[in-house]
Amino acid sequence: MNRAEDVGRILKVSGPLVVAEGMGTSRMYDVVKVSEKRLIGEIIGLEGKRASIQVYEDTGGIGPGEPVYPTHDPLSVELGPGLVAAIYDGIQRPLSDIAARTGSFISRGVEIPALPRERRWNFVPQVKKGQKVTVGDILGTVSETVLIEHRIMVPPDLSGEIVEIKKGMFTVEDTVAVIKDKDGKKVNLTMMQRWPVRRPRPYKRKHAPYEILSTGQRVIDTFYPLCKGGTACVPGPFGSGKTVIQHQLAKWADAEVIIYVGCGERGNEMTDVLIEFPELADPKSGEPLMKRTVLIANTSNMPVAAREASVYTGITIAEYFRDMGYSVALMADSTSRWAEAMREISGRLEEMPGEEGYPAYLSARIAEFYERAGLVECLGSDDRRGALSVIGAVSPPGGDLSDPVVQATLRVVKVFWSLEANLAYARHFPAISWLRSYSLYTPSVAESVRETLGAKFLEDSKEAMRLLQEEDELAEIVRLIGIDALSPKERLIMEAARSIREDFLHQNAFHEIDTYASLDKQAKMLSAVLRYYREARKALDAGADLDDLIELPVREKIARTRYIPEGDRERIPKIEEEVVEAISSLKRKEEVTS
Amino acid sequence: MTSQKTPSTKTEKTASKQKLRGIIDYQTITSVSGPLLLVEGVEGVKYEELVEIFLPSGERRRGRVLEVNQDKALIQVFEGSAGIGIGQTRVRFLGKGITLGVSEELLGRVFDGLGRPRDGSPPLIPEEFRDINGLPINPYARSYPNEFIQTGISCIDGLNTLVRGQKLPLFSGSGLPHNRMAAQIVRQARILGAEEEFAVVFGAMGITFEEAQFFIDDFRRTGALERAVLFLNLADDPAIERIATPRVVFTAAEYLAFTKDYHVLVILTDITNYCEALREISAARKEIPGRRGYPGYLYTDLATIYERSGRIKGSEGSITLIPILTMPEDDKTHPIPDLTGYITEGQIILSRTLHHKNVSPPVDVLPSLSRLKDKGIGAGKTREDHADLFNQLYAAYARGKEAAELAVILGEAALTDIDKQFMGFAESFERRYVSQDEYEDRTISETLDLGWELLIMLPRAEMKRVRDENLVKYYDKAAAKFKKSEEKHAS
Repeated sequence: MNRAEDVGRILKVSGPLVVAEGMGTSRMYDVVKVSEKRLIGEIIGLEGKRASIQVYEDTGGIGPGEPVYPTHDPLSVELGPGLVAAIYDGIQRPLSDIAARTGSFISRGVEIPALPRERRWNFVPQVKKGQKVTVGDILGTVSETVLIEHRIMVPPDLSGEIVEIKKGMFTVEDTVAVIKDKDGKKVNLTMMQRWPVRRPRPYKRKHAPYEILSTGQRVIDTFYPLCKGGTACVPGPFGSGKTVIQHQLAKWADAEVIIYVGCGERGNEMTDVLIEFPELADPKSGEPLMKRTVLIANTSNMPVAAREASVYTGITIAEYFRDMGYSVALMADSTSRWAEAMREISGRLEEMPGEEGYPAYLSARIAEFYERAGLVECLGSDDRRGALSVIGAVSPPGGDLSDPVVQATLRVVKVFWSLEANLAYARHFPAISWLRSYSLYTPSVAESVRETLGAKFLEDSKEAMRLLQEEDELAEIVRLIGIDALSPKERLIMEAARSIREDFLHQNAFHEIDTYASLDKQAKMLSAVLRYYREARKALDAGADLDDLIELPVREKIARTRYIPEGDRERIPKIEEEVVEAISSLKRKEEVTS
Repeated sequence: MTSQKTPSTKTEKTASKQKLRGIIDYQTITSVSGPLLLVEGVEGVKYEELVEIFLPSGERRRGRVLEVNQDKALIQVFEGSAGIGIGQTRVRFLGKGITLGVSEELLGRVFDGLGRPRDGSPPLIPEEFRDINGLPINPYARSYPNEFIQTGISCIDGLNTLVRGQKLPLFSGSGLPHNRMAAQIVRQARILGAEEEFAVVFGAMGITFEEAQFFIDDFRRTGALERAVLFLNLADDPAIERIATPRVVFTAAEYLAFTKDYHVLVILTDITNYCEALREISAARKEIPGRRGYPGYLYTDLATIYERSGRIKGSEGSITLIPILTMPEDDKTHPIPDLTGYITEGQIILSRTLHHKNVSPPVDVLPSLSRLKDKGIGAGKTREDHADLFNQLYAAYARGKEAAELAVILGEAALTDIDKQFMGFAESFERRYVSQDEYEDRTISETLDLGWELLIMLPRAEMKRVRDENLVKYYDKAAAKFKKSEEKHAS
């Protein structure tokens, strides 16, 4: 397989870093196989014939003098039918097959192809013989799951004329089409492509995102929305609910394909996804969520270097689905662990460190990663568009937002959901701070939101935010002088803001109904909450008693609108009417007594 | 391709090499710094290999290879480098990693931090030898922890429920009663409806003789010692040995849980000492330090220990981990508790303020958390009202604490009536719910009923986290019961 003179020799082993000599024929980022155990590694530095290699598996028992076999290929992923519902490790080895082969523990040197080779897929051609096709054109489709129609595309760097196109059941290695390229050479195409993970997949052009990616989470959709093709980050200390938010987005985000990258996090969290997703139904189609999900799991106890690769593996798969014209959302939990993996390798390479020991290229790598998101016009003769939204969790030490990873991330992402420990301690979930977070997409989505939900929702959301800000200022006064210092009007603002927080923003991810609220339900709930404030305000002006207004029993009904199922959401405007009625009857009572 | 054979003209590099039954001893130590040795002129040495070091005095020590660069090997000596000299000390590479011999005979035994008998009994006859580093559990092969463990402690069972296969640390400070709490958990932990008892694997890292003896005495008194394995590295034992201790502990635990189907409870104390030993090695290697001088790979290192707990599909056993760590200056953002919190599935935080207020166990309920509770509670596991109840208790306690803070600044008179009610609730909650005797074993329904008994101090309209059916079934019932007893008192 390898010529003898190509085989290198190990000089040094230090944790996941191996230095080998005699690697003259290899290039940067080539994959190599280390020792007779054939551990997978990647070249991350070359000096003369000497290569620094990061090894994706445990290097215990490896020593100088052992061979290093080059493959002369960059680290790549396999793209084709079989991706959906799979669970891979950081370098796209299927964990289910590894478990079948080596048992409950991952042993070293396992080589298993990412896509199943035996399985046959029903290939339905979309082009005819003699047709001219260009890069990105859809040759045919495979119905991979009920939710995903896998579109087989002409791979990048190829165009020409279809000489042969097949129909029927094929494996990913069978030829399904033959193309005569512009030099007259016949090229056999299979349903599988390979793509190097560190190179972004090409597209025609990028567009500014404008359409809201609804997530079913009230604080996000109403106040800090994300766009299809946008980027967001969720930094927060441990226990503030980063992972729950990521899981909620993976479950309920209005995307067609979900890529979930568990990067250096807990094994049980991935197990949770594996158990829960096949059982949860997608709110739109009613089909199991697993049928639109790809999982990349490189948990914290798995080798560090593969953690570094896992985010690239994830985003390359995500780009592939984007290229088919899908709206894809990628969750990376947590990008801090990815950065730490970079730091560890950089330290072993004895590079000059930047901030906090992180390599100087940290922020460049982070920016490059998030820049792979976007709303794009895909390659191909049809004008299909695909979107890739990226949501990265960040785990800053001690929850300190001055952490270099947080800072580098904030410079590139457009949405910042700030998680706060104090909210988490009071079990206000999602613990997203309504005052410190931001979304630069609010103006971009305004138009599409206005079209679907009407202008009132936008006004309501602004009004609610204003009340929350006023509450913050008033709370300061209360802390200093006491509640008695506030006028009835101000106390009503405090009450209204409390209602926004407790009855609207708070959302229980583990409650079967409350876990998801459609945009329409959100608009109706917010409208009811604010209607109470507006009517009470008028009543107060007309001389009503504040305590009577605060103690209105109908408010309990507003608090319970969250438990109203999606199908019954028309009940919410009725509750709103009851609020109006209750307040006006209060006014009438006052008039009678006075 | 013909490869030309060059006749071996090289003579043996060093005369100091002695061939002993095919194993080479090197006397080529060229530098000693802290717990590290550099040996030159070595051949065939592997990363992570186990090393034996023979001192001129006849003493034998153990080490492992930290780095190997051509013919130089960097060795970490577990028992420290005192007495090791250049030129007189011999080093032997054993061609294997560090292993622990395991068999069911482990139970009831006491070992040192590297797994050598410490109880005077002969070494056990192992069924097999296992590398102490273990292998990562395939996340696909894990089974999700969701079986409720009743510890009999309200603030754990009711609010931060522990489940089988979870890793739930105690974040404590020096002088706080974390050991008593851990001992209480070991004493009382049981699975409802199951008779089997937990096997305990106890790992001590740098704790004092007294602390270790406290656990041993408590285990002995309750009979837990017969189903316990103890690995002790005490404060006066070699510090570097501690790096191996948690790995030895988990090798024993994995064997018992996944090969012998025991339900294993692992107690590791004190993680802080472990991390300090790790820092010592890192400093000796002159690595670029991360926060507070701890190495940048501390997260990964801790994760490879903690993540060995859990449950595996197709295996009856489980490993539940309770690591104990003392937070330097009670600072939760210190790298050790911080990184631990990012890996473990929640944390129980002990508070000095509560300890001074005589709340015992002094669990700071608000920042404490069990991430796995949601799947371990509810109908069929604990009771259907459990989730609503703890959400409401948390929210009410948080509001009560907030009101209490306000009262400190402005005086109680400045509070609204409702805030006063919340403040009163928070006080009773600490006194009656959190506080509990060291030997008081509350059943889960006692704990839950107590929660409702406290919640009826607050108006029904404030029960925003409780769904209607539970309000009717539990809140109203508790309120009616209270009213009845009031009336009885009155009449």
